[in-house]
Amino acid sequence: MDFRLGETAEDVRRQAREFLDEHLTEEVVARMEATGVHHDWDFHRALSDRGWVAPGWPVELGGQGYSVVEGLAMQEEFHRAGAPTYGVGTTMIVAGIIRRVGTDAQKELVIPRALRGEIVIVLGFTEPECGSDVAAAQTRAVRDGDEWVINGAKMFTTNAQEGDYAFMLTRTNPDAPKHKGLTTFLVPLRQPGVEIRPIRTLSGERTNLTFYTDVRVDDAMRIGEVDGGWDVMAVGLSLERAGAQGGESIRMLDALERWAVAGDEGSPPATDRRVRARLGRAAAENEVSVLLARRSAWVQDAGMLPGVEGSMAKLFASEAITRQSADFLDMLGPDGIRRQGDPTAVAEGAAEYAFRFALGTTTYGGTSEVQRNIIAQRGLGLPRPR
Amino acid sequence: MPLDLSPSDEQQQLIDAFAALYDKESPTERVRAAEALCHDPELWRRLLENGAVEMAVGEEHGGGGATVLDLALVAEQHGRHLGSAPLLEAQVVARLLGRLCRLGGLGGEAAGSLLGDVMSGDRLVTLALRPPRAGVLTMVPAGAVADAVIFADGHELLVTDVASGRTPVANLGSLPVADVPAAGARPLAAGPAVREAVESALDEWLALMAAAMVGLGGRALEIGVAYVKERHAFGVPIGSFQAVAHGLADAATLHDGAELLEREAAWAAGEEPARFGELAALAFGFCVDAARQAAYRSLHYHGGYGFMLETDIQLFWRRTTAWPAQYGEPDVAFARAEARRLGMSIEEA
Repeated sequence: MDFRLGETAEDVRRQAREFLDEHLTEEVVARMEATGVHHDWDFHRALSDRGWVAPGWPVELGGQGYSVVEGLAMQEEFHRAGAPTYGVGTTMIVAGIIRRVGTDAQKELVIPRALRGEIVIVLGFTEPECGSDVAAAQTRAVRDGDEWVINGAKMFTTNAQEGDYAFMLTRTNPDAPKHKGLTTFLVPLRQPGVEIRPIRTLSGERTNLTFYTDVRVDDAMRIGEVDGGWDVMAVGLSLERAGAQGGESIRMLDALERWAVAGDEGSPPATDRRVRARLGRAAAENEVSVLLARRSAWVQDAGMLPGVEGSMAKLFASEAITRQSADFLDMLGPDGIRRQGDPTAVAEGAAEYAFRFALGTTTYGGTSEVQRNIIAQRGLGLPRPR
Repeated sequence: MPLDLSPSDEQQQLIDAFAALYDKESPTERVRAAEALCHDPELWRRLLENGAVEMAVGEEHGGGGATVLDLALVAEQHGRHLGSAPLLEAQVVARLLGRLCRLGGLGGEAAGSLLGDVMSGDRLVTLALRPPRAGVLTMVPAGAVADAVIFADGHELLVTDVASGRTPVANLGSLPVADVPAAGARPLAAGPAVREAVESALDEWLALMAAAMVGLGGRALEIGVAYVKERHAFGVPIGSFQAVAHGLADAATLHDGAELLEREAAWAAGEEPARFGELAALAFGFCVDAARQAAYRSLHYHGGYGFMLETDIQLFWRRTTAWPAQYGEPDVAFARAEARRLGMSIEEA
C-alpha cells in the first residue's frame, strides 16, 4: 500500500499550481463572480496554450498522455483554486465521444478547434420534464431529406451563451421503446430558432433554459446511428474519468481555519474545543472525499470502470459540503449569514457561499439518490426495486 | 510505485493469518461466552503465541518490527471478529516502552525490563488514556485484566501495579475496563520527550482503534446486507426498498471512506510522520461514526430481531460506541486533530 500519488503526479501538481498562480488572476475571478459564468475565454486559451485542454489524451492526439491519477492531481489543484473549468469539461466530454464514434468529417470539424481552445460545446440532455430519467427526452428530431428538424427545450444548458454547439439527445422514434428511439446530434447554437434564456441559481452561477424551434441540422452532424443515441451516451459514460472531489469543501475549510486562528484579542475561536471539533470533522470528511476520488482514479488506471467507486466519491463529497456549510453557518452565529462579498462578511463569506453552492452538487452529475441506487445494486448486490 | 491501495503480498498474508486465527478463536459463541469475564484468556494466549504483541516492537528490542500499518491490518481483523482481548493496548504499550528504551536514562532501564515481560506475555501492561482525576484513573482500557497500568501525569510517566485496589466496571461493551487508584504508582520517566512519546502512543491507539472500528463496521454491514436480501416483506426482499437500500448505500460509502482514511493514517506513521498525529485522530473520529452508522442500519433493518440478545448484530452495535468511548466521543478526537492542523501545542489545546 502506498498513499503517495507518485513523483510524476506530484510534478503535474506543482505545474498546475504554477499555472494557476499565473492565469487564475484576480480579474478572472472577479469576472466569474460578476457574471456567474464558470468559463473564461482568457483562462481557456491559456489552458490550451499549455496543452491542458485534454491532459489525459495521448500525446499524438494533442494531449499530455497523463494517467488518470496524474490528471487527478492536476484537477485537485484546479478544483481547490476554484478555476473556471465547466466549459472545457463539457467540451472535452463531447470531443472524446466524437473521437470514438464520430465520422472523419466530425473529428476534423471539432477536435482541432476544441484542442486549440476555440470552441465550447455544451450538454443538452436534461429537459424541463426529465432530469435523472435522461432517456425520457422528448425533444424531437424529424428527418427532412439530408437535414433534421429539431423542436423542443433543454434545461440547465450551462454555458450555452458562450457555446458553439450543443451535444443534444433527441427523440427520433417516439414509437420505439424509450431507450431505442433516441439520437444524438451536434447542434450549432448560433442560428435562428435557438433561444437562450438565462437561469440564475442559488450559488450565483448562470445556467440556461434553451428552446429549439424548427432548428435545422445537417445529417452530417448526427453522432452515431439513427435511434442509436443511448449507445452514444454509454460511450460518453465510459470515457468519464474519475474527477477530483472535495475541492470546494477544502477551500471553505481553509477560510474557516484562517478565521479560527485570527482576531479576538488573544482568544481566537480555535481555543474553543467545540470550534476545533467542528473544523476537525470537516477536515476528516475532506480527506475522505479526496481519498475516495483517488481510489476511483486508481481503479481506472488499473483498467477498470470506477462505477461504484465513482458514485461513492460523488455522493460523499456533495453530501459532505452540504452538511459542513450548514454546520459552519450555525457555528458562526448571526454573523455567519453576512453575504460573501459584503465587506463585513465573516470567514471570507466562505460558508455563506458554500451553503448556497452545495445543493447544486447533490443534483448535477447524477443525484445522490441515483448514486445510492448504483451503490446499493452494483456495490452491495441488493435487488432492484420492483 | 505510485498510489497503490491494495495490500502487498506480505500484508495480505498477515491479514489472512490473523483472519484465520480470529475465525477459529473468536467466533461469536466465544465472544458471547467471554462477555461474563469481558476477556477471553484462550484467545489472548493464542494471540501472544502468534506474536501479536512481539511483532509491534522494534527489531532492536527483539520484536518483529511491524509498521503501524501492519498493526492496523491486524486490528481490522480484531474488530471484525469482536476480539475479546487487550491486543491494542498491549501493542501500544510495548511500542511505548521501546521508545522509552531509546530515550535511555533510568526510565529506559526500567522500561527495558518491563518490555521483556510484556513481550513474553508474563505481564500484561496497559495504558491509561487520561491522567488521574482525584487520584483515580477511570475507565482504564484492559484495567480489569492488566498487571500494571502506565499513565502520564503532566510531564511525568508513572506505572502502577493493579492487582489490588482496582474496581472492574460492568459496561456496555463487555470491556475489561477498571477504575484504578493512582496512589502508590512509581515514576518511570519524565520530561518533554517522554510527554511526546506518550502522545505518540495515544496517536497509535487512536489509529488502531480506528482500524478496529473499520473491521467491526465492515462486518456489521455484511450482516445487514445479507439479511435484507433474505428477509421478505410485502412479497419482496426488503433490500429492494429504497428506504432500506439507500441507508445501506450510505453506510457502505462511509465504511469505504473510513477504511481509506484509517489505512492512510496508519501508513503515514511510517511514511509521512508529520501528518500521523492529525490523521490518526481524524480517522478515529470518522471511523467511529462510520462503524456506528453501519451497525445501526444493520441492526434496525433486522426489525424486532435486531433487538434480541441472541441476534449477533447487537454485539456489534454495543461495541461501536463502547470501544471508542474508552477514549472519548468523535468530537474529542476531531478537536485533537484540528489542534494539530492549526499547529497548537498540547497545552494550548
